[in-house]
This record gives sequence, structure tokens and C-alpha cells, in this order.
Amino acid sequence: MNLGTTLLGIHFKNPIIAASGTFGFGDEYNELYDVSCLGGISSKGLTLHPKDGNEGIRVYETPSGMMNSVGLQNPGVEAFIQEGIAKMRRFDTVLIANMGGHSMEDYVTGAEMLSKADIDILELNISCPNVKSGGMAFGLKAEVAQEVVSAVRNVCSKPLMVKLSPNAENIVEMALACESAGADALSLVNTFQAMAIDVHQRKPVFNNVYAGLSGAAIRPIALRMVHSVCKNVHVPVVGMGGIYTAEDILSFIMAGATAVQIGTINFTNPLAGKELVTALEALCQREGIQDINEIRGII
Amino acid sequence: MEYFQTSVISNICISEDIFVMVVGRNGAPASAGQFFMLRATGSALTLLRPISIFKAEADTLHFMYRIIGKGTRELSTLRAGDTVSLLGALGTGYPIDKMSGKVALVGGGLGIPPLCETAKELTAKGVQVDVYLGYRDDLFAVEEFEPHSRDIFVSTEKGEEGYRGFVTDLLKPEGYDAVFTCGPEIMMRKVAAMCAATKVPCWCSMEHRMACGIGACLGCSVRTAEGMKRVCKDGPVFPSNIIFPNK
Repeated sequence: MNLGTTLLGIHFKNPIIAASGTFGFGDEYNELYDVSCLGGISSKGLTLHPKDGNEGIRVYETPSGMMNSVGLQNPGVEAFIQEGIAKMRRFDTVLIANMGGHSMEDYVTGAEMLSKADIDILELNISCPNVKSGGMAFGLKAEVAQEVVSAVRNVCSKPLMVKLSPNAENIVEMALACESAGADALSLVNTFQAMAIDVHQRKPVFNNVYAGLSGAAIRPIALRMVHSVCKNVHVPVVGMGGIYTAEDILSFIMAGATAVQIGTINFTNPLAGKELVTALEALCQREGIQDINEIRGII
Repeated sequence: MEYFQTSVISNICISEDIFVMVVGRNGAPASAGQFFMLRATGSALTLLRPISIFKAEADTLHFMYRIIGKGTRELSTLRAGDTVSLLGALGTGYPIDKMSGKVALVGGGLGIPPLCETAKELTAKGVQVDVYLGYRDDLFAVEEFEPHSRDIFVSTEKGEEGYRGFVTDLLKPEGYDAVFTCGPEIMMRKVAAMCAATKVPCWCSMEHRMACGIGACLGCSVRTAEGMKRVCKDGPVFPSNIIFPNK
């Protein structure tokens, strides 16, 4: 029974990756279980310069999910290179550095720095809905995304994975644009832009008014997007969006994903990463799947 | 820090919307000012809810909470024998080990319960504890402090019991080696300002919405004099000059 898979020439011991923003740099969850059991960890979303993140409420329960508006609070690329990488390298798992940006220059400079650092994959975030004039602004229109991905590609010698927003005008066109601009892989979906109102206070819950929706509520839409992207691109796809169970993981892989990321479920069950590895193995055995790679894209 | 399932031993309404839930401790570590994340096992809710430690006994943990939303409402429906998932104990509590002499505990509303375990641990260490408890109207948990304190001062806003007014009207920080406070931010800011004016060290316990509870998601970050801090990991207890630097 093999759960191992190869993505961008890198061996993953299983297809389960902790999603950016839900897992820090891995050290907090490592106090609960050995995070080396995961296929990979995608770092907290970095920006070139340190960021304090958003004011006000940052997390909020919603039906079958949650909304967040953390706003990319992070220590910046330089501090990550100095301290974060060493933290993550203690774990025997694939190290993915997730980076967003506010301007073309920020993206390029940050990517250049990370490209020289000891990371395995650069996950380019053009999809964060929670920071003004950045992140998702690059992830809505295919031609804008193409420009930033091309610019980053020129300076990035590491495998480059582009994380797409489900808020893109057309997810397949977006995927094709990123592929043609030189993305080695795509990951999708980031959170859906959403809204909540506190009727007692007659105010939006979040200071930024809109925030990102994640969790089981988005899973069927995320699965559809992963499926349609996989049908149209040639680069590998990492699927995510409300994955809670081993069955969800198999769904995304059957839809064409090479690997998956788990985010919100880490909050609902802090041991989810470890338990999903075991559950996926058991499910594959029950389903007579000898090798996880044999069922990829069968739908 | 442990993540475990345990049984509800009792879950009793002690006032209109305030409950005390007692659960099996399962050997989990816990100290004054820390908290646990709770969720009914099998719940459809996404996030666990942070609840402070009211009392940590040898075999049980006691949580006093008010129904304020979906999460706490669901917790209030649990009955003896139901299973609840716990993550904890979490966070940085009060600096009990550094204390000696006399310490004042100043609590307001649902900031009162965590001070009960704090009074117990301070008293066990030989520290003299005075307690200042501020309520809107109905009193709760006052008797819980009796074994663990020298004096108890009570205020209510309506004045039906105890002093009529704010609990901060009763406090004179200069008589103490330190002040620990927990409650509404406006109250803690006042306590912090009074302590700053009299040069008495003060610690405040913050409340915040959280997702992970362990410091990973940055959903509970607050701005402090030392930059952004996570209420769940760096706190919930902070020195007052860090958390309210302008007062």
C-alpha cells in the first residue's frame, strides 16, 4: 500500500500537506504530534516586509466552516530565512514557503530571496482576500496573474507553485495563464470572499468588511474547480478546500489532484494531520487501492 | 498541552445564563490563568471555544461560562455522561511563582471565575490574597473565594448587594505587592492605570476569539508595546504595561 507521491520531482511520503496560515511553521502542532508524518507543510503566508495583520475580529464561526481575516501577519521573508526555515527543517517533511505580495516588486524581491534559501517549493499566493491592494488583486484577472507569475518565474530557481483564488473571474483561464507564465504546479482553492454582519451592533463582523470563507462549506465548489482545472492544465495540481476526511482526500485525488492541503480541519481537530494519514491508509486498503497514484484523475 | 476526550460529570446552570461544567481531568496539566479549548464531541461546529479554568481539582476541571453565542449555547446543552473534547491547558497564566507578600485579585463579570483557581494557587504558596469582585447585579462564585482569601470586597452596579458602583472604586493598589485582574477591558484598563500611578505591578488577562488556541493561526493577535502578541500562547495573561501601554 503506497501513499507516497512525487510532485515537482520531490518525494512526498503521503499526499497530505498542512495548508498555509493554519499551521504556523509547524512547531506549535509538533507539540501535539510528530508533524514529520505529514507529506509537507506550507508556511504561514510571508510577505517581503513584516506585517502586523488586520485589526479587529480575525476568526469567526460560520455554518460548516469559518471566516478569517488575519491579514497575513508574518515576520517577513528575511526573518523567515533567518529563523523560520531552521524551525521547519527540524521536521522530516517537504518545506513549502508560501509568499504573497503587495506589488510586483515585492513579489519579485521576495521570490529572489527565497529562491536562494533552503526551501523545497515556493508557493506563490496570488489569492489572499484579506489584504488591500495585494494578494488577491493579482489573482482575479488572468492577464495580471500572468504578469506576476512570469516576473517571479524569471528570478525563481525553485519549483514554483501558484496558489489560486476561487474568486478569479474564470478559474480555468486563470490556471492556464499561470501555467503558460511558467508555474510548475498550481494549488487551489484559497478562501472564498465572504461577509458576516453583526446585527446587534449593526456593523460588519470584520473591519475589512469582507473576509475569507473556508471549511466544509466550500468543499463541493473547491472540488469542482480542482476537477475542471485538472482537465485543462498539464502541470500538477494540489487540491484544497474543506478537506476533513480520508474520503475527501480521495475525492480530490480522483478529481485529478496530485496532493492535497488541509487547513480548517486542523482547528476542529488538532490531531487531524496525523489521523488523516492513518485514515487514508486504512481507506485505501478497504477500497483495494494498492497505490494512491493509480486512482488519480479517474473522474 | 493535551488533546483528549473526557466525560461531562455535571453541567449546572447557576444563574440565568451562567453555567458550571465539571469534566474529568485525565491528568491534564493546568495552572491559574490558563484555559482550555472545548467542543462537544461530534459537534457540527468548526471551532473549539476557549474557556478559562475556574477550578482545577485532582481529578476534575471546572469551567464557568456564560452563553454568549452558538458555541457556548451548545456547551450548555451537554449533560452528565456526554463526551467533550478538550485541548489544553493552554497559554501563559498568572506569574504565581514570582509572587510573595500581598496580592489583590480584581475580577469583573465572567472575568471572576479564573481568579478562583488563581486565589487557590496563591494561597497555597503562602501569598496573602484579597479579592475584589465586580458584578452587574446577581452575585455568583463569591463563596468559592472564601477558603482562598483574607478579604473579599463585592460591588454591584445596581447596589442591591455590596458596594454600589464599580469594583475599582474599592481598590487601593498601593497596599499590595501585585494586582492580577480579569474582566471587561474597560475595567482592566482602569485597574492598570491605578497600578501604574502607584507603581504596583499588574497583570491583565485578555479574552479573544480564537481558532487554533496554540499559537499557529494568529487569529487572536493583539497589538502590544512589544509588537503583536498571541492571546492564546503569549497570553492570555500579560503585564499591564505591555498590553495597555498608554495607561
